[in-house]
Amino acid sequence: MDLERGIIIMRLTAIGTALRRHAALVRAMSIAAVIALPLAGCGGVMDPQGPIGEANRTILLNALGIMLVIVVPTILATLAFAWWFREGNTRARYLPTWAYSGRIELIVWSIPVLVILFLGGLIWIGSHELDPARPLSSSKKPLEVQVVSLDWKWLFIYPDQNIASVNELVIPAGTPVHFSLTSASVMNVFFVPQLGSMIYTMNGMVTQLWLQADGPGEFPGLSAQFSGDGFADMGFTVHAVPQQGFEDWLSKVRNAGPHLDPQSYEKLAVQSSVAKPFTYGAVEPALFHAVASQQLPPGPGPVAGRGGVNVHNRSE
Amino acid sequence: MLGKLTWDAIPWDQPIPLVAGATVIFLMLAVIAWVVLKGYLPYLWREWITSVDHKRIGVMYTLLGLVMLVRGFVDAIMMRSQQALAYQAPGYLPPEHYNQIFSAHGTIMIFFGAMPFMIGLMNFVVPLQLGVRDVAFPTLNSTSFWLTATGALLVNISLVVGEFARTGWLPYPPLSELAYSPGVGVDYYVWALQISGVGTLMSGINLVTTILKMRAPGMSYLRMPIYCWTALASNLLIVAAFPILTATLAMLTLDRYLGFHFFTNTAGGNMMMFVNLIWAWGHPEVYILVLPAFGIFSEVISTFSRKPLFGYRSMVMATMFICIVSFTVWLHHFFTMGAGGDVNAAFGIATSIIAVGTGVKVYNWMFTMYGGRIQFTTPMLWSIGFIVTFVIGGMTGVLLAVPPADFQLHNSLFLVAHFHNVIIGGVVFAAFAGLTYWFPKAFGFRLHEGWGKAAFWFSLAGFYLTFMPLYVVGLLGMTRRLQHYDLAQWRPWVLLAGLGVVVTCFGVACQIIQLVVSIRERVELRDEMGDPWNGRSLEWATTSPPPAFNFAVLPDVRGEEPYWEIKRRAIETQQLAAEPEYEAIEMPRNSPTGFITAFFSTLTGFALIWHIWWLVGVGLVAAYCVFVWFAWRDQEEYEIPAEEVAASDRARRRAREAWLRANARVGEPA
Repeated sequence: MDLERGIIIMRLTAIGTALRRHAALVRAMSIAAVIALPLAGCGGVMDPQGPIGEANRTILLNALGIMLVIVVPTILATLAFAWWFREGNTRARYLPTWAYSGRIELIVWSIPVLVILFLGGLIWIGSHELDPARPLSSSKKPLEVQVVSLDWKWLFIYPDQNIASVNELVIPAGTPVHFSLTSASVMNVFFVPQLGSMIYTMNGMVTQLWLQADGPGEFPGLSAQFSGDGFADMGFTVHAVPQQGFEDWLSKVRNAGPHLDPQSYEKLAVQSSVAKPFTYGAVEPALFHAVASQQLPPGPGPVAGRGGVNVHNRSE
Repeated sequence: MLGKLTWDAIPWDQPIPLVAGATVIFLMLAVIAWVVLKGYLPYLWREWITSVDHKRIGVMYTLLGLVMLVRGFVDAIMMRSQQALAYQAPGYLPPEHYNQIFSAHGTIMIFFGAMPFMIGLMNFVVPLQLGVRDVAFPTLNSTSFWLTATGALLVNISLVVGEFARTGWLPYPPLSELAYSPGVGVDYYVWALQISGVGTLMSGINLVTTILKMRAPGMSYLRMPIYCWTALASNLLIVAAFPILTATLAMLTLDRYLGFHFFTNTAGGNMMMFVNLIWAWGHPEVYILVLPAFGIFSEVISTFSRKPLFGYRSMVMATMFICIVSFTVWLHHFFTMGAGGDVNAAFGIATSIIAVGTGVKVYNWMFTMYGGRIQFTTPMLWSIGFIVTFVIGGMTGVLLAVPPADFQLHNSLFLVAHFHNVIIGGVVFAAFAGLTYWFPKAFGFRLHEGWGKAAFWFSLAGFYLTFMPLYVVGLLGMTRRLQHYDLAQWRPWVLLAGLGVVVTCFGVACQIIQLVVSIRERVELRDEMGDPWNGRSLEWATTSPPPAFNFAVLPDVRGEEPYWEIKRRAIETQQLAAEPEYEAIEMPRNSPTGFITAFFSTLTGFALIWHIWWLVGVGLVAAYCVFVWFAWRDQEEYEIPAEEVAASDRARRRAREAWLRANARVGEPA
């Protein structure tokens, strides 16, 4: 457990703890938890496997809790008022001209204002603490990964290890990963639900993202921005492995597979889907920067006609 | 000669669009044949197509909205069924078809379903509530409607000639640029929206002018019914926001047609600028739709609680507050683009501040019901269903406004569930509440209550069954617009959502049956008096349907609820106000300007899409000539003689007197 993570969780839960002193909030928080609990263990954002995902979830549940305090009574009161003041109820008092009450007006404006004050604080702190570009500090040296979204697959370049993989991301568990991301053609969004925050990839630009997996596991990833006919095939798998397993994988990859250079990149950039993940045993240095700075031109798009997806059946 | 248009543009190899297109064409031909053979064509031309009466135009807008809602719903059925089948399988819709369907679904539902529906209701109701005879620019109004219809027609032509956009309902570049979308799909999108956008903008100007300049004597701003206030806010937003849409689409068009580089990858283009601009229009658009919806609910809840609206001035303030703040929140649609903590936090807080205005409204509706005598009519059911549903949608909306939460939920099915929650729960429920509420005013008979209630319950259940599972599956990480998927944990929820669509189908069927049954039983459902719900504002002061001139004599407004006042005075004194002196009324003449302009705009739009340049020229010149011809008209108005006005109003007064005698000692309105 690293320091950064502890601080984020601490600050966020501090808000939650302060709120929990009030009975209504405790109830609302437990409703929020009841809503969220069945989803834990099913994958997705309610089952985070790293510090960013966990902090995101904490904020989500706190915000949900704060709002449920207001929302649940509002819904109940609406239904209760509607039923009690039904036409047939002779016991209900009819106030045919009652249309103003300064006291109620004051309450009516102040309840939402108070809620938004609370939430505003949460939003301000959360936006800064969990800014995707904010580095995760750790005793371990972060792993650098460069991500290129292509039509319609993901290229992961490990610049320090000088290898690359397609549609498969292997990372050491417990180590922060710094992603630099760009796109070869259209916009995409890099998203691994169980690890946390997502971020756009855009041609000619580089975005930053820090994530970490706490323990070993396999986490599905996907593109969260529609990018054309092969969009649904842009799923990938994140394998978080122990440090030794990561070293083993590196040495296996280094000794096999083709070389990623401008020529093979150009082939990869053609619109197609990948049936099976594969790796490159070596990468031309600065290839990522060539893509991001458009020295390598943007992907070519469809050749002609109505389109459809070609499946790229590489077995290397 | 025909530009890019060849026989290959028709998808001969794809049975679904072909059969669907053939069916629609057959139905349209059948309707036209029926109209012609029955000899209704002159009537249709005289009373509807060339009509500049705001009530007729409002009805046509609403009808267009209804038909397009059905079209969009068919798309929804296809999307849900495709995803239900496409677990580790290709399903029945290939990506290039599926992608057109979800793009068309969003485009049609927003631009040609919800917008015409809301504008139609405003067109019909606002002049009546203001106590005036028509909108400020009647012929322009007709042109606005027909240009909107042109847009809808172009989108539907794309079903069988060529293709529609495969980019989503907002065509983000660079995907929508020529390099990645070389087909005509994006061009259909762009021209359909440009042409209908001109119509919407003109309609906005028209209604703003009407509300600001044409109220009945005595109707000061703070005596306007709340629906007119929300209509004013909505149309101000149209006037301010639609030019942004027009400019943004124009830039995209220049990129695609003339090799410009506003949003391209290379040569200095910036795709993020498109995203900013389109949402600078797109977020106010949400409030353009939902503000009039709030107005409808305010009217309905007040009427059926038999009380004035609680906190009227507060409601007015909340409305204008939302109107202004809605322009300061657009960035929340792309928190995940890497803007940084300060920017994200500022827009996140601005977004949640909107919830203050909405929250105030919800409480005021609650306290309007408090102390009321609530009748659970169909419009009231839609309104209560709305409050409950909308509060949930608002909550998930504020959740998405918290950037760290959005970092995990952006573009997920949670987001899809959220905006359907507010648009169906807010706008669509309001559309049906408003339709049921004002239908008797438009046609002189009420809609069948039983079928209306059945439609409500099925729609409500269908909505929850469809979209609650989508919230869950969004939390499980499922993103939108997937043509197929492989993760087992998503599947049960996707199947449940599919089941929800089946239930919603029953709701849609009930709506259609309700219309048919009501028309057949129109004699029993007749509204003799013009005031079927014991209403409070001026639209109920005239007959159902109102005469072309709306009011024999413009009402003299002395309070916030003018018609309630009139009724109260009548009961107190046991007689109607003295008969006024009737005078001849001048009304604007019918004009085919709008229809002919739209006809040539359709040609121009179609020709631009297919690069048929000579036809572009012909269409533009002809449309311009129509304007010139209209500008040179000799007679603008015709006169309705005083005797005719008097006859119409005396019939109304007789009905009122009968009612007064029957209700002599009831003591209501209090």
